[in-house]
Amino acid sequence: MSCCAAAGMNPTQLQETATKLEHLEQEQIKLLSIALADGRYKTEFVVPDMHCAACIAKIEHALAKLNFVEEVRANLSFKTVSVIWQANKGTIVEATKTLKGMGFENHVADEVSSPDHAKEAKSLLLALAIAGFAAANIMLLSVSVWSGADAETAKLFHLISGLIAIPTVAFSGRPFFYSALKAITGKRLNMDVPISLAVILAVGMSVYESLTGGKEAYFDASVTLLFFLLIGRYLDLLMRNKARGAVARLSSISAKDGVLVTEDDGLRHLALKDIRPGMILRVFAGERFPVNGQVIKGQSDLDRSHVTGESATVFVETGHLVEAGTLNLTAPIDIEAVTDAQGSFLAEMRRMMEAAEKGRSNYIRIADRMAQIYAPAVHLLALIAFIGWMIWTGGDWHISLYTAIAVLIVTCPCALGLAVPVAHVLGANRLMSEGIMMRDGTGLERLAEVDTVIFDKTGTLTTGQAKVMSATNLNSSFMPVLRGLAASSHHPSARAVYQYLTETEQVELTNISEVPGYGMEALYKGKKVRLGRKNWVMEITDEYSQLDDQFTVAFALENGPAIGFVIIDSVRKDAAETIQSIGVIGLDQQILSGDNVVKVSSLARQLQIETFFSNYTPGEKLCHIERLRDDGRRVLMVGDGINDAPALAGGHASMAPASAADVGRHSADFVFTRTMLGAVPFSIQTARFTSKIVRQNFSLAIAYNCIAVPLAMAGFVTPLVAAIAMSASSIAVVSNSMRINFVRRDHNHRSRISPQDISLKEPYT
Amino acid sequence: MNHLLLLIPIALGLGLLGLIAFFWSLKAGQYDDLNGAAERILLDD
Repeated sequence: MSCCAAAGMNPTQLQETATKLEHLEQEQIKLLSIALADGRYKTEFVVPDMHCAACIAKIEHALAKLNFVEEVRANLSFKTVSVIWQANKGTIVEATKTLKGMGFENHVADEVSSPDHAKEAKSLLLALAIAGFAAANIMLLSVSVWSGADAETAKLFHLISGLIAIPTVAFSGRPFFYSALKAITGKRLNMDVPISLAVILAVGMSVYESLTGGKEAYFDASVTLLFFLLIGRYLDLLMRNKARGAVARLSSISAKDGVLVTEDDGLRHLALKDIRPGMILRVFAGERFPVNGQVIKGQSDLDRSHVTGESATVFVETGHLVEAGTLNLTAPIDIEAVTDAQGSFLAEMRRMMEAAEKGRSNYIRIADRMAQIYAPAVHLLALIAFIGWMIWTGGDWHISLYTAIAVLIVTCPCALGLAVPVAHVLGANRLMSEGIMMRDGTGLERLAEVDTVIFDKTGTLTTGQAKVMSATNLNSSFMPVLRGLAASSHHPSARAVYQYLTETEQVELTNISEVPGYGMEALYKGKKVRLGRKNWVMEITDEYSQLDDQFTVAFALENGPAIGFVIIDSVRKDAAETIQSIGVIGLDQQILSGDNVVKVSSLARQLQIETFFSNYTPGEKLCHIERLRDDGRRVLMVGDGINDAPALAGGHASMAPASAADVGRHSADFVFTRTMLGAVPFSIQTARFTSKIVRQNFSLAIAYNCIAVPLAMAGFVTPLVAAIAMSASSIAVVSNSMRINFVRRDHNHRSRISPQDISLKEPYT
Repeated sequence: MNHLLLLIPIALGLGLLGLIAFFWSLKAGQYDDLNGAAERILLDD
């Protein structure tokens, strides 16, 4: 083996690379931060495992101690920590490291969130506050009228109520009026049509009544109606924004950008969209390839698990092609970009994903399905009431119209408007408190309907990290040397050996070099030591002891004894338990993997999953899911890789771990941030319970209508009755929804995460 | 009875005051972290 020295790196080079990497990482974080005056930046970190006062104190104190940090504030509701820091005093990368050191996994939040949604939420909140103010005041005036004010006072109070109600309805009612107008011009009916009609007619009629000295006015009912409905609408929007934000913010900082090698061998940071074919890019160990390319300098091992699902590493050297999204493990290499970002493997996956997502966009939310039946029914009832009374009274349009308005107001979907959003918000909050984030509000509805769960293997059922299962000839006198050697590599096998020997001390070695494709080599007391591929390691020793095929990695001292390791992709700790509890719920389970048949079948056997498929390409995965869908099955896809992204988008619902590739995480409905796979059955249970609550809420609302509508049509509903009935039904629906807060995890391993549970995600260190 | 009419603008004014107070507290970020505020009681700085 003589080829190796050139590719390997000596310690000073390693140090230099580390500093360079840190600098680049700092630049990337700056891109995600808000620049303040005087070279200060505001960066937000997402810290999913922060859950108590002690965590807040620990994080705030530790970060405040760093000399470049000016201000730090933890937010427990959103699990974020915002830091204001001076760029010239230190590097913010220290902050991520400090958090990691304390056992808090963290991501840098993408601050570039869309301001549109925030603006929409703000204007809705303004409308809500004004409606609330008006409703309270009008209700006060109405109470005095109902409790027997004399005619003069009643008239005055009605006028004041009118003066408050008219501008309020004009302002706060706009979201409904616009939506109703849009529906009518599109020749459709939605819930907002009867709402708008009821509110406008009620206010108009009441103004006429007040001016002509009538006894009753519906000002309070119309404003309270708006108030309740705005609450529902606001909650709905808030949840959608929060969910969207939470997932978008997780965007990891790797592989978004490239590092350009300029002609004078300098390095320059380059945004992904500016990469063009023919550019020379350097990809460091621990980084992902931004685009497809061809290796022109260097050798390295690649982790392709996100791209193909295979867990074994692949060796590349000059001339080999690499795909975007692949992780570079051992040494920096230069590639010539073959495509730009649009033409890369990643972009191709994204296109497949979008196509697959179209199928899902046909899904109609349960609230809208209800509206399709409900809105015409309400109009019909009001019309029947009007015509009926016209005939009955022989053409008294005043009383007839009044009854029709009463019907519209009473049937108005206060409870219906609250039934879904309240339940969904509480469901999403419940999931969030277990570290599960929801991207899409309809996700809960769809998740509740699934009957088949499909798991990806690498990175989903397994952690995607190699682990030493067993070792042979482990001689304690060599362990410090072995650990010293393993410490200096990013390669998963070396990390695994390093983790395996945590109890051991570590010695400094000289002349450490890494030979991509083979392993590590160094000098110890003048003798060569090697850790790596078995055949290569055995070259330096005669002692070809009984290491059979299962030992893929070995360690040897020159002419000394050899130690063999069995390295496997470690299964997630609670995988077996999870599979079992999903089985108990009664769902069919399958494994769909891009890895080879031996690995997939052994895992399937271990977890007792009967149906499994191996060697699947991303397209085949999607096909498989579409076939199941055509068979009438509703599939929950759980996966993490780039190769799973189309399948995630194609599933009826989908989940991904936070460690997933960006593109996968963005196409998943749910993202779980803790290492436990138990999030899957818990989410399914919560979703099912939530949709049960939603159905109960609808039943409550309908039962209420069954009583109220006949009364209204018979003309018994006065403004007082309407006010009480409306509030009562809303309260019933909201309190029923509160029960979602009490969904418990089945088995009691609420993951209070201890530092050793948080496995190293990516070899960033 | 007439002097009671004075109460109406007072009631409306108080309501308006509450509305303004709400907007102020919203702007001051008092609703940004409800869970955190509950837990921070336990910290002594």
